[in-house]
Amino acid sequence: MTELSAHLPQFQHGQLTENFPDNHLSNTNDNSERRRHDNSERRRNDNPESETNGQPQNNIQQVVEQDEEEDEELTLKYGAKHVIMLFVPVTLCMVVVVATIKSVGFYTRKDGQLIYTPFTEETETVGQRALNSILNAAIMISVIIVMTILLVVLYKYRCYKVIHGWLIISSLLLLFFFSFIYLGEVFKTYNVAMDYITVALIIWNFGVVGMICIHWKGPLRLQQAYLIMISALMALVFIKYLPEWTAWLILAVISVYDLVAVLCPKGPLRMLVETAQERNETLFPALIYSSTMIWLVNMAEEDPEAQRKASKNSSYDKQAPANQTQNEDAEADDGGFSREWQQQRDNRIGPIESTPESRAAVQALPSNSQTSEDPEERGVKLGLGDFIFYSVLVGKASATASGDWNTTLACFVAILIGLCLTLLLLAIFKKALPALPISITFGLVFYFATDNLVQPFMDQLAFHQFYI
Amino acid sequence: LRPAPLPRRAFFWLVSLLLASLLWFVSVQLSDRENANLQYGLLVFGAAVSVLLQEAFRFAYFKLLKKADEGLATISEDGRSPISLRQMAYVSGLSFGIISGVFSVINILADSIGPGTVGIHGDSPYYFITSAFLTTALVLLHTFWGVIFFDACEKRRYWCLGLVVASHLLTSGLTFLNPWYEASLLPILLLTLCTGLWAFSTAGGSFRSVRKCLSCKR
Repeated sequence: MTELSAHLPQFQHGQLTENFPDNHLSNTNDNSERRRHDNSERRRNDNPESETNGQPQNNIQQVVEQDEEEDEELTLKYGAKHVIMLFVPVTLCMVVVVATIKSVGFYTRKDGQLIYTPFTEETETVGQRALNSILNAAIMISVIIVMTILLVVLYKYRCYKVIHGWLIISSLLLLFFFSFIYLGEVFKTYNVAMDYITVALIIWNFGVVGMICIHWKGPLRLQQAYLIMISALMALVFIKYLPEWTAWLILAVISVYDLVAVLCPKGPLRMLVETAQERNETLFPALIYSSTMIWLVNMAEEDPEAQRKASKNSSYDKQAPANQTQNEDAEADDGGFSREWQQQRDNRIGPIESTPESRAAVQALPSNSQTSEDPEERGVKLGLGDFIFYSVLVGKASATASGDWNTTLACFVAILIGLCLTLLLLAIFKKALPALPISITFGLVFYFATDNLVQPFMDQLAFHQFYI
Repeated sequence: LRPAPLPRRAFFWLVSLLLASLLWFVSVQLSDRENANLQYGLLVFGAAVSVLLQEAFRFAYFKLLKKADEGLATISEDGRSPISLRQMAYVSGLSFGIISGVFSVINILADSIGPGTVGIHGDSPYYFITSAFLTTALVLLHTFWGVIFFDACEKRRYWCLGLVVASHLLTSGLTFLNPWYEASLLPILLLTLCTGLWAFSTAGGSFRSVRKCLSCKR
């Protein structure tokens, strides 16, 4: 893979849609002209699916392009920064998931399955197991598709309140209930004595600050941290409650679905994004992880000027609860990249039940964004679903692989490479692209290959203490 | 300055490892499982193939970087690439070394936490510490090899290339002597030192520059 040159923020004249950093491929000379103009790309990866608990997740990664004349050095610098800014949160999320899997036994223990995967995998024959896992995956995918379509329909008919309420419920559940369970399990693992009052205080503070950061305003780093934690929690629940073969199958099918949903003209995610663009709105920011603070979300009724000024000092986008029409203005910042991750709010209601609404809500959010933006704003949006599925892959690899750390590392590198390639494609095509397929494909290939081929080899070498 | 150099190079190394393991696996499957000597021979064969594949991939990566560099230079305003080849060589070697070292040692590290006794079945009790030293040497060696390799390719000194490949094979071969640590560890450390000096002089350093650096002159 060639190096990515830095993206230049460029202002696409006439169309102020998104400014996103663009990653250029530095070795394609014939593209140099194009690259200069395409500095930012928007890639959207929507992954509307109802996750095990029925929470749709949208992974949308969008990179906006801007045309600008800039110094090539600057381009390189930005490009590097941009890719690194994309790598760091993904890496952090995966690290948290792997660390938890390795230390807390709860998430590798089999305690039943979700209702979306009713068929058990403990069968007598391999054929039966394969059949069950295929059925499980089929059920899960259809639930996700239904939820996504529901969300698109809701969005099309402007039932913003329903969607918003759904999102709020999802994040409430995630921030309070799941983190409570997580904290409990961590305490159990390390045998820490704790009283309910302290736990209540901790969880209450954690949850409320999280809600404020995610849905309203907050320091950028804090919001990013919360989004990472939410993604990690979701991924952990998936890892726990999905049986093995089902999990791998779901990962594979999800990436195919992602590809179809984002690229096909009639795909639900694409329709969602286009609708949002037509209406000049931003999609639900609660599902978007921003790496830069320059997003300013304006309410349609408010004076954009005042909003812009007011938010110059704030660091976050402000979401109007009742108003989904938001215009995001990105202030020119110090040249950083604004990356919006889409938070995936999978409503995980819990291992047992799931609410279709939360699922649809989570699923329905493609992270498409804003149509009118400040030309100097740059950012890439990555959906939280991408985070979650990457972490699920790496977590499953570390939980179940016989090769243990080697396999985990190999999957990790494969996913990062896939992400790099996707960003590259984003730079070339300059439109919303799914972030899952390439990374997940690489991850799956490397997982199975490393686990079955490399591990015995390395094992034998280590046994004799040979080095290669 | 480079965007995310490590994962890409690491990826290349991983692919080479994958191919080598594939070859070994296939050969093991096709062979007689019971014959220990044959298995051992296959392992040696697999290791040698892996070394050659690693160097081949290093070369392929060099070609790729060269093209990218040319592209960058064309675009840049002063016709010069912003990243020097030396830097690329260093980073490339370093990432090869890191991923190779990590893959070799991480399972050992993980096992070293758990309960157990080293060498209880009659193997050497110094397994962990020698593994640590060997891995260090390997990481450093990969870095130095990267620098020398890229420089040799750049200046078309093919004998240098051959020497790098040969020293890699030699290092790997020395580890085959392994429980006999005097014969394997010491030569490898010496080799590391020599390669380091060679890489340093290739990169343009000299005794004088070291002295200048140490005396903190501008």
